[in-house]
Amino acid sequence: MNPIQIGLLAVLALFGVGCYGILITRNLIKIVIVLQVLVKAAVLALVLGGQAGGQAGLGQSLAATVIVADTMVAVVGLAMAVQVRRRLGSVDLSAISTLRG
Amino acid sequence: MAEGGFLLVIVLGAVVCAYRAMTSPRILTSTIYLAFVSAATAMLLYSFGAAQVAVIELSVGAGLVTVLLVYAISVVGDDATDAGPIIPRPVAVALTLLTVTMLGWMAFSMPARTGLASVPPLARALWQERVLDVWIQMVLIFAGVLGILGLLAESRLARLTAPLNGNGHRTVRIAPRTACGVGADRPAEALGKEVHV
Repeated sequence: MNPIQIGLLAVLALFGVGCYGILITRNLIKIVIVLQVLVKAAVLALVLGGQAGGQAGLGQSLAATVIVADTMVAVVGLAMAVQVRRRLGSVDLSAISTLRG
Repeated sequence: MAEGGFLLVIVLGAVVCAYRAMTSPRILTSTIYLAFVSAATAMLLYSFGAAQVAVIELSVGAGLVTVLLVYAISVVGDDATDAGPIIPRPVAVALTLLTVTMLGWMAFSMPARTGLASVPPLARALWQERVLDVWIQMVLIFAGVLGILGLLAESRLARLTAPLNGNGHRTVRIAPRTACGVGADRPAEALGKEVHV
């Protein structure tokens, strides 16, 4: 296997773990953690795509932007989790859901 | 360029840590595993020639995000006992396998070079060709600052906006104890109850 294929293998594995985690997790903070894993797969994919397509600078630039965006998603998600815990006393998705049906 | 075996070991470590971050019963343990995933990802990025992105990933992913998570855990609590997934686990496994298979089929079937490119001109791409991304990052960082303000905000607003009773008092609910010890002096029988202040 060449390095590009090993990197793609890492992308697929991290994406699979993150995708499964999103589907089974109900804790808000754990959802933020699993989202971080998913975005790491996306960052790796962007860098590898840039390398494979001969536009390494473009891929790395987009990867840096995605890292910043992911961090802000984590910050806002954690702030929401803290406020939800303070107001409702729980961070479980099913416990805080007001939708019925 | 690193050897293939070394890269495979890093990939295996990253995947194991990611799985443990997802399945660990304590959120703090999950946070530590996530930091290891970030470190392994940074090593992979460095091996693929993206040294600048690796530094950003290591400092932000394994540093800033870990600190934020630890602070949030100290406020929210460390218990992550899930009552069970919303959808059945076999369905989740099937959906994940289907998605990963489709993604892998697309990724491995695309024509790619067998080797890695030379040292990438990230500075030129970022500051000349993708300058809009820099502006977007500035806006995102501003949004992140607002998010941190929300993370650090106390529940004082809820107390101040609570309506006054007829005798001039406000009714507030006693918040539960946190993992960092805030509220440890509150009696257990008073947690979650309403008091007049």
